Amino acid sequence: MSSQAPVVKRRIGDLVFSNLAIGSGVAILVILAAVAIFLFAESVPAFLSEQDAAPDGFFAYVAPFLFGTVLASIIALLIATPLAIGIALYISHFAPRRLSQALGYSIDLLAAIPSVVYGLWGMLVLAPFLNPSYLWLNENFGWIPFFEGPVSATGRTMMTVGIVLAIMILPIMAALIREIFLQTPRLHEEAALALGATRWEVIKMAVLPFGKAGIISSAMLGLGRALGETMAVALVLSGSGVITFALLTSTNPNTIAANIALQFPESSGTYTSLLIATGLVLFAITMAINMLARWVISRRSEFSGAN
Amino acid sequence: MTTASVTQNFQGSRSLPKWLAPTLLAVAILASFSINSALASSNPEATQLNLFAVALVAVITYSIGFYLASRIIEGQRKSADRLVTILVTGAFALAVVPLISLAWTVVERGAARFDIDFFTFSMRNVVGAGGGAYHAIIGTLEITGLATLISVPIGIMTAIYLVEYGRGALARAVTFFVDVMTGIPSIVAGLFAYAAFVVIFGPGVRMGVGGAIALSVLMIPVVIRATEEMLKIVPNELREASYALGVPKWLTVTKVVLPTALAGIATGVMIAIARIIGETAPLLIIAGFTASTNFNPFDERMMTLPVFVYTSYANQGSDAQTYIDRAWTGALVLMLIVMILNIIARLVSKYFSPKG
Repeated sequence: MSSQAPVVKRRIGDLVFSNLAIGSGVAILVILAAVAIFLFAESVPAFLSEQDAAPDGFFAYVAPFLFGTVLASIIALLIATPLAIGIALYISHFAPRRLSQALGYSIDLLAAIPSVVYGLWGMLVLAPFLNPSYLWLNENFGWIPFFEGPVSATGRTMMTVGIVLAIMILPIMAALIREIFLQTPRLHEEAALALGATRWEVIKMAVLPFGKAGIISSAMLGLGRALGETMAVALVLSGSGVITFALLTSTNPNTIAANIALQFPESSGTYTSLLIATGLVLFAITMAINMLARWVISRRSEFSGAN
Repeated sequence: MTTASVTQNFQGSRSLPKWLAPTLLAVAILASFSINSALASSNPEATQLNLFAVALVAVITYSIGFYLASRIIEGQRKSADRLVTILVTGAFALAVVPLISLAWTVVERGAARFDIDFFTFSMRNVVGAGGGAYHAIIGTLEITGLATLISVPIGIMTAIYLVEYGRGALARAVTFFVDVMTGIPSIVAGLFAYAAFVVIFGPGVRMGVGGAIALSVLMIPVVIRATEEMLKIVPNELREASYALGVPKWLTVTKVVLPTALAGIATGVMIAIARIIGETAPLLIIAGFTASTNFNPFDERMMTLPVFVYTSYANQGSDAQTYIDRAWTGALVLMLIVMILNIIARLVSKYFSPKG
């Protein structure tokens, strides 16, 4: 009698299903690769063709838009980060326990509003509302290069764009930071309370040090969002290809995404390729920032004492 | 030593009197009101009081007064705590202001054209007043529907792979790149769909289905994340019980795990749809815009609601106000759809998710 190893029955259903699942997983990687490959392939003609869409070369064309993109995103980030930390703290530590979920939901609603609606609102409501304060800033702080005149008459300025973008990235940042604050080891907080710390001292000693890496990576994810935001910028800003730090005037650098949205419908030939090439630049930058942010988060969660 | 100095030494043992907060608030409002009216009377251009400025100055005055009072009576530590409470609450209140302003503006200005015509007429041969967004609503439904058809199977299968099968380097890479994929700018997704279609159909291509593909790139990671979360909370005991009865793995997943998580997955899918239904930029690029109704997503330009809002504003014709009115009504309809999807999603997860 020969000893037989138990024969594992390969069920056909299992085989098909697991391969489908693996295939879907691989499909994600393929889609991302395809985005990069197709964008690259379609942007090549912009560099090769004889009749140049950008007479001074590609980088001279994209530089002002890149500058505008980064400037708008940094303004947005400077406004949104402290606010997002405040909101996250309010929901996780200050709001009445029973209300906190509903309050979090109301902030999430901000994320659900389509960007084109933000654009309309920013242009027709927020810009006229903010303009008097721009005049005031220019009168009193005009010596700071950022607040140089002449102030725009409509309020449709870089500053307004920054504020609209800040409102748009606020919910995602607040949600991420809130999650991180809620992971603070309960024992740390209770130990601080037992020593007689006030609520602010608990936050200062236990919550903020624990959440520091998380706050940084949330800010980077928010930055990624702001860099790629299109319609709100396209509607609010009447941008052009200039490089200027003055935030309150009516001549503003456009952003890459808004420039594509505005120019693409009427473009053809190598100009289309040129726009796709600027899109590739945007894709590369947002990918790099997102990957860095996700890497920081994943490294953080491995060492986190929360679990 | 007197009793007064003893209580002074125990910081925080003396607390603010109950009447202080309301009194301070009243004083702050009064002071802000008088300051603002004084400013308004000195400035001939200001015809009326700016209520927002009144509220702002009142809140700031109140916060400073409250902080100083607490600092004097309760000491440095308590007052720092109170200051932070005020700041944090203020940050939250500040974030709610744009939400209210937005909702109010869209409802107020969108109401003008919120009529039957808006839902039954397209913009074909319409100049000036009249017309509607029928063609855009059809386009949005078809393109979003197609995007959902593409994204949901891929999304759910990928989540199943990550939770039930995924081990090793491939699973780690997929998890990482799904996260990265959530950060793809929407306009890049549109350019991708265009670039891919150009290869097949030649330059200048515009097609509804391209919009669906662009939206899928944005929707798939959202579906994966939502499904993954739901599959993870299905108790392992259910899987083990199923294996113990000799049920194969794929049947365990499809007959035990998925039904348990179904309500949560449905919620996630609906929130994902709400997220992409308002996307403008990719559709502007690959689906284009038109004034006529087009039922066929595989042929020619297709209007969608977000693009309708944008082009109504951007390409105003004669009698500009009618175009702006249509843009706001389009925004109102869009926001209503998003809100309704969100509310249904919350209700589904509340009433149909497994208890315990």
